[in-house]
Parts: sequence; structure tokens; C-alpha cells
Amino acid sequence: MTSEVADSVEAAAAAPTGFLGRHGATIEYILIPGAALAGALVVFGIFVALFGKNPLDLYFYMYQGAFGTWFSWQNTLTRAAPLILTALCTALPAQLGMVIIGGEGALLIGALSATSMALAMPSAPPLAVQFAMAAAGMTGGGLWIMLSGGLRQYRGVNETISSLLLVYVALAILNHLVEGPMRDPASLNKPSTREIGAANMIGSIPGTEVHWGLVFGVIAAIACYVLIYHTTFGFAARVAGGNIRAAKIVGLSVGNLILTICFLAGSCAGLAGMVEVAAVQGRTNANLAAGYGFTGILVAFLARQNPLAVIPVAILIGGIGASGGLLQRRLGLPDASVLVLQGIIFVFVLASDALYGRIGFLKGKP
Amino acid sequence: MDFSSISRRRLLQGSAALTLGTALGTRGATAADTTIGFIYVGSRDDYGYNQAHAAGAAALKKMAGLKVVEEEKVPETDAVEKTMESMINLDGATLLFPTSFGYYNPHVQKIAGKYPKVHFEHCGGLWTDKDPKNAGSYFGYIDEAQYIAGIVAGHTTKSGKLGFVAAKPIPQVLRNINAFTLGAKLANPKTTTQVIFTGDWSMPVKEAEATNSLIDQGIDVLTCHVDGPKTMVENAARRGAFVCGYHVNQSPLAPKAYLTGAEWNWEALYPKFIKMLAAGQSIPNFYRGGLQEEIVKVSPYGPAVSDAARRHADEVKARFMATGLTIFKGPLVDNKGKTVIAAGTERGQKDPELEKMDYLVEGVLGAAA
Amino acid sequence: MADASIGLWTVPLAVFGGAIRVSTPFLFVSLGECITERSGRINLGLEGTLVMGAMSAYGISYLSGSPWLGVLAAGLTGAMLGALHAGICSLPRVNDIAVGIALMLFGTGLAFFLGKPLIEPTAPRLPAIDFGWWSNIPQLKAALRINVLFLFGVALAPVLYWAFRTTRWGLLIRTAGESSDAARAMGHSVLLIRLRATMVGGFLAGIGGSFLSLFYPGSWNEGLSSGQGITAVALVIFARWDPMLCLWASLAFGGAAALGPALQSVGVTFGYHLFNAAPYFLTLAIMIITCSPKRTLTGAPAELSITR
Repeated sequence: MTSEVADSVEAAAAAPTGFLGRHGATIEYILIPGAALAGALVVFGIFVALFGKNPLDLYFYMYQGAFGTWFSWQNTLTRAAPLILTALCTALPAQLGMVIIGGEGALLIGALSATSMALAMPSAPPLAVQFAMAAAGMTGGGLWIMLSGGLRQYRGVNETISSLLLVYVALAILNHLVEGPMRDPASLNKPSTREIGAANMIGSIPGTEVHWGLVFGVIAAIACYVLIYHTTFGFAARVAGGNIRAAKIVGLSVGNLILTICFLAGSCAGLAGMVEVAAVQGRTNANLAAGYGFTGILVAFLARQNPLAVIPVAILIGGIGASGGLLQRRLGLPDASVLVLQGIIFVFVLASDALYGRIGFLKGKP
Repeated sequence: MDFSSISRRRLLQGSAALTLGTALGTRGATAADTTIGFIYVGSRDDYGYNQAHAAGAAALKKMAGLKVVEEEKVPETDAVEKTMESMINLDGATLLFPTSFGYYNPHVQKIAGKYPKVHFEHCGGLWTDKDPKNAGSYFGYIDEAQYIAGIVAGHTTKSGKLGFVAAKPIPQVLRNINAFTLGAKLANPKTTTQVIFTGDWSMPVKEAEATNSLIDQGIDVLTCHVDGPKTMVENAARRGAFVCGYHVNQSPLAPKAYLTGAEWNWEALYPKFIKMLAAGQSIPNFYRGGLQEEIVKVSPYGPAVSDAARRHADEVKARFMATGLTIFKGPLVDNKGKTVIAAGTERGQKDPELEKMDYLVEGVLGAAA
Repeated sequence: MADASIGLWTVPLAVFGGAIRVSTPFLFVSLGECITERSGRINLGLEGTLVMGAMSAYGISYLSGSPWLGVLAAGLTGAMLGALHAGICSLPRVNDIAVGIALMLFGTGLAFFLGKPLIEPTAPRLPAIDFGWWSNIPQLKAALRINVLFLFGVALAPVLYWAFRTTRWGLLIRTAGESSDAARAMGHSVLLIRLRATMVGGFLAGIGGSFLSLFYPGSWNEGLSSGQGITAVALVIFARWDPMLCLWASLAFGGAAALGPALQSVGVTFGYHLFNAAPYFLTLAIMIITCSPKRTLTGAPAELSITR
């Protein structure tokens, strides 16, 4: 059963590595994360065995809950959708060497902006409303992270801290608005804004129950990848990320780079917020602060900040989330087992970074 | 539990197992086929809201022929839709209890529409005719228990000032604050209740700070409406104040300071639901009740409760149990001086207007929005 | 019991009391992180350490009946998590920020996993020392019931300040943080210095957690920390890696956290969500005012990945 899980994940991890492996180290990029994942699963198996659960059952239920049936796949993909977008909020600034951990805040502001936009145009045709919502969500989220970027560029404020503090600020603003000025009096025990209306919901991908957020996420991830690795702008960003001084010497406007990248990063998370409103909740309320922004940080780091690798990693983390319910119900494990497993996988994958270029039989490769 | 006699229990369970299958629309009609799913928004060991529901689920586990599956910490996003579907598809659940208010709209409505043969019993929602027929909402008038706790608090306070640590200004919470205050005013018309909103359902540091601030104001009896009352109960007791509990009985935390408390009685209600289904009845889509219907209960009085307070509280409780009692009746003025219930109007417990409460009554210090 | 209200005086008193009650976890985590970051490494995992410390302290106190054993257990748990962080970070090319996030998840998850049976029981708490004996105002007396951990933390700040400047260990840590080459040239293992610094940092963060579960708010539950650990890590950068500034920042943060509930208790009911977020607004505002784009952060260890 172990190999089954590992195989499927290795296969998933394989998808982007074809692009990654331009320097011929493709095997390494499959083998090392795969081995790290297998190692983490073994350790987690031992951990649950300590509590009297059979590890083989564990692997079986994890596989079944995440990828075992079409229903499980849809569950996994639904959970992965917002994670792709929020992970990009961390992965893009990482190209510049910036650590942004405030995707949750951008998601909330994006959701608020998108909802406000929809409520402001009550009689417009749905497609126009949806485009306007997406634009508003992306702008709102983008400006929110750009604030962190701007503070760093013009005031020297550390972006990691400012983006984190802004999460709490965004949450306070959201709660203040949905319980006060924007509250729908009919929302009673769940203070919420008014609903955007069933007609304006974006619905699911035909033939599935996975909402369109997944497609948006994949498109955004590919676009970010192309931007970073195949445009002059992206090249400039990577130069600046490698060495700010060098970038300044060759005449790059680092300030503009920071602001643009932060805006794009925030707009990804803002789009995730818009999708949560337009595909799931239908309105804005405190439910939106479900931690997608924070899990996105994990996804970004596991994907080694590569925008394309974000896709399979988000699916993997979504799958763990999807299987968490089955672990609770069939094995009687507490909900926190998912956190423990994510932590162990994360530790293993990070530690495996040390292995690149050190595996004997791969060394001969160019 | 009223299932004390074994023979009676066997009998009931036998019939439950046989009829539940058909009543709930499962394929087979054997006992093992009836699976019931419980979904909690927080940890089911929270010594509060979720634990009260888990105690109800535990009561069902004791009944033969039922299989209970539980999932905790399910957020009020599409995750709960997937959890419900997973319980239906992978566990074969035919009756679901999504126990958090935020699950109802849109999530329960959506999944109930998709699985018309599965029955959904949602805690706290306001089912209307437009909602799927296989979904229902139930809730307890816990304000009745708060009313009685208020009477006890009103008798016990020396300063005439009560404190209420609340999460959010929503109708369910406001109704509790108002009922507690109206109860206290029965004991002493000059009593006031100061309310502090912490902003969310589980904020231990804020709850402790709110408790301290209230006591600094000279308040000597406190109660709360947050997910886990333990923080408030312990911190208030440490400062020498008296407390009224909420959700479950917290008297072991502060045996001397604990006066009484408003508790859920899900362990009585849930088996009742199963028996209704077993008897071939359907659970009303909009199910409500209070002390009389045994959906809520009052904690046993603590040692600090005076005889006068006991008598007064017991007398009011007896009236609730016998015929029901109207807590909210006109003339009722809110704390801004506006008449919210006109003289001569009685808003009985089942009045849907009460579920939309957006005011704090005269005597409450605080703002509803 | 208090019979007399002190009216509007509640607000400054609550801020003062809050500064004492709420600040201690911030203080311990930020001082611990200060040591770690001075050695050239950042440990974002202290949020997980704090939660794990809170859980293990409560568990051990409950099982053994001695809260002080609980504090010790919290410290040791924290040191172990610190060792894990340092161990993984000592591998080549491993990003310390990422490892921190991983351990934040791991520590939090493990604490929730193991802590389920500890939510309901009541464990023996740490005692308070009554410093308000001279006053006859009950509110002030209550605010001055202080736990010895707070005093220890307050004393630790100047000791660290002094130790960083004058002791051999302080110099070694700073050298490792400023230039690992220099430390190596002096014949010291940078990895070993950082391992010790991270373990000490974890030890202190664990003790900060024990304060949460064993003194204030004083019981274990899953919402206990709600981000205090990660905020305290942020405070270190805000405090420019200066232990004394960590102390003032923690006190300010604790006081600000008390502001929201206190304002409501005297009748300021508008926008309580915004007042509750006061600590975050405040920190952000101070950072915007005090930072400057023209120089790198003064006091920043040159080896620290977050400032490079």
C-alpha cells in the first residue's frame, strides 16, 4: 500500500519535473521528493502504530480518501484549488528573495472586494459581474500584498512581518464590515454580507463537482511559470532575487520589480478569495478565513517556490486533507493527525534538499 | 438516560433497527446498515459546545443497531460538503448531524438537495418551506436555562452588576444575554449586565482579559457564550467572582464559585429522534424546544446559592416544565430606550421573531452591533 | 470582592495588568528567538514550540501534580524541537525559514494530537506572588498578582543584554551571526553554536508556553496560542535583536491586547474588532515610523537569511 501512495505521488511530482529538469537532473527531481515522501509516510505509520493503529490500514485509507475513487479525486481537487492560488502568493515574491506569508490577508481582502463589486452591480449580466468580481478580487488582494512590498521598498519594513500583521488587520476589517456596515440583516447567526445571487455563481467544471477555481489556479500557475522563466521581466526578477546589488548595477529598477511581483502575488490570493465567494460561499463572512492562505505557504515551500511544481504539491496536500476525514472516521485518529503528517512530510522534503547532487549513481549525469 | 431498563432498551432497539432502515431509505434493512454521521466545527473535547454534541452522539453509540461516525474540526467551507458526501458515499450514512450553524446555508441545503434519500438534521438553522424536505433544523431554547441562571445570579450578586463574556453579537447570543438579564431583574430589578464581545468563538486570552475587565468594574457574577467556557469559569473563580456555566456542566472546575449553568441536553434529544424514526414518524423539519421538551437543562445548584434563590429559580423552572413560560413579552424596552415588544404582545418561545433578535434589553450595558 | 467600581480607570489599569499578564509568553518567545537569531538563524517554528510547551506543561503538571515539573518539561520539549530545527538546518542548502514553518505545523499538530485528553481535566497551576499587599484597591491588588515566570523574564532581558556584550558566549553567538567565516577562523563550529542557541531559544519558548497553560489564561485548549508565537518572532525583528527592546515590545503588546476588552467594559462599543486588532496595528505603525529604507536594519545579524 505504501508504494501505491508513493507511486501516485511520484507520478504527480513527475509532471513538472520534465520542465524543471532542463539540466538533465530529472531523475533526481523525481527520486528525492518521492523518497522523502515515502520516508515521511513510514515515520507517520510508526507514529500511528504507537497509538495502536495499523499503519497498513492508515495507508489504505489515505489512498482511498485522497485518490481511491472519482469522488475522492474530486474532493482532493476541490481542496487543491485555493491552495494553488495562495501558494503562488508566496512563490512569486520568493523569486525576488522575499518571504511573504500574508496570503490569507490578501485572500480575505480579495473576497471582500469581489463581493462588494458584485453587490454594487445588481442588474448587470452574470458574465460581466463575474469578470468584475475577478478583477476586483485580484486588485484588492494585489494592492494588499503590494502594501507589504511598498513598505519594504520605501520604508525598509520587513515584508515577512508586515504581511503577517496585515493578515490580522485584514481579518479585523472583514469581521468589522460583515458584522457592521456590510451586514445582511437576514444573515442572523452567521453575520455575512448580502449574497451575490445564484445567477452570479461560477459553478463547476462540466462533468465534475470541482469548481472553476482549479482551472484558474492551473492557468495562473502556468502564467507565473512563463513569466518567471521565459520573459525578460522574470529574468530580471531572478537576477534581483539572486543579488540586489548586481541588479542595481545593471540598471534594473528593483522597486518596480518588487511592487509588480507583490501585486501579481497578491492578486493570485485575491483571486482565490473571489473564487471562494463566487463558487462556494456566495457571500463574504468569517468562514473565508479557513487557513487556505497559511496552507499555501506550506505548498509553496514544498514546491521549492516553483510555480509549476505548486500544482502537484497542492494536489498532494489537498489529498491529505481529503483523506483526513476518513482517518478520523475509520481509524479514530484525531483531526490533528493531518497537521502532524503535513509537518513530517515538510520536514522530510526540506531535509532532502541536502541530497541533490550527492546521489552516487546520478553524479555522472551532465 | 431514560433507557435504564434493559428489556425495554432491547425492545426499542430491535424495532429501531428494523424500521430505521426503511424509514431512512437504506438499501438493506439490517441493523448494521444504519450509519449516523456527526460533524463538529471544533474539537469534540472542547468542554463546551462541541463536547455537548459529542455527548449526544455517545448516547446514540450505546444503542444497538446504530453506527456513529464522527468528524471534528470541519470548517464551514466546501470542506463540510465533502465531509457530508464522504460520509454518505464511503460510510453509507443515512442520517447526518452537521452541528454548526454556519454549515446550513449554503452547504447543508446544497448537499440535501443532491441526496434526497439521506436525512439531514442541522443544529440551529432556520428551516423554511423553500428548503429541501429531507433537511431539518432543530435547536434548544437555552435562553430558558439562562433565564433561570439569571435569577440565581440576580439573587447572588452583591454589587447588582453581572458580567457576560460573549463571542459575537448574533441573535442566539443576544437572546441569551437578554434572557439572563431579564431573569436577574426578576430577582432584583436594578441589576445590570455588562457584556463584552471577544469577536470569535475561541479566544482564550481575550476571554480571560474580558473576565478580568468585568471584575475590575465591580462585577461579581459572570457567565458567557463562547465555545469553551473553561477559561472564563476558572479565571473568574480565581478572582473570587461567582460563575454560571454554559453548554455543559463546568462545576468541577470551580465547585465553590459555580452557581448553576445553562446546559444542552442532546443526550436526551438524539435518542428521541431515533425513536421517532423507529416508530415510523418523521422528525418535524423545524424542531424546537426548551426545558419542558428536555432539550436544555439547568446545572445542579452550587453551594453558594441561597435558599431564597433556589426557591425562586425552582418555582420558575416548574412553570417552564409545566406549561411553558413567556420570557419576552411587552412592554419590553431595549437599552437605547426603544420599545422592541409593545405592551400586550407576548413573544412565545416558538415565535420566529425571537430568532432574529438584534437588540439588548434595558439593563444590559453594551451594544448589539 | 470588589464593591466599588473604578470607572474609566479600568482602561489604564487593564492595560497595565494586561502588560503583566499577557506579555510573558511574548517575552519568553522573543528573548529565545533573540538568542537564536543573533547566532544567524531564524526559527519560525517557535509558534509550534509554544503550543507544544503549553500542552506538555499542562500534561506533566496534571500527571505529576507539580506545575514546576510542567515548566521544566515544557522547556525540555522546546529544547528538543529546537535541536530538531538546528539539526535539519545544519544540512547543506536547507532553508531555515521553511524548516521553521514545517516545525510550526508539526509542533502544533503534535500538541493537538496528544493534548485531546487534557482539555477537560484541571492541572495544578503555578502560584502567584501578591505584590499588591500595600494597596486597598482590589483591582490593583488583582493586577499585581504576578507570577514568578514574569519576573524571571523581566530579569532575563537585561542579563541577556549584558551577556551579548560582555561574555564569551555572547561574543561567540554574535560572531556566528555576523560572520560564520570569522567564527570558523577562531576555531569554533558555527553549527554547534547555532544548535545550542536554537535549543536555548526553544527552551525559553517552551517555558513561555507553560505560562499560557499553567498561569494565564491557565488551562490547555487548542485556541490557546492563536498566533502568539509567530507574533513574538515578529517582535524580535521589530525590537532590532535587542533583548531590552524585546522586553518593552512584549509589554506594549500585552497591554495593547488588553485594550479591546477593557474599552468595551467602560462602554466604548464601536468597532471592537478593530480595537482587538490594536496590537497588530500598533506594531505595524511603529515599524513604519521607525524603519528606514536608507540603511539596513541596525542590529541585524548579517548572516540572518531574513535580512539578507
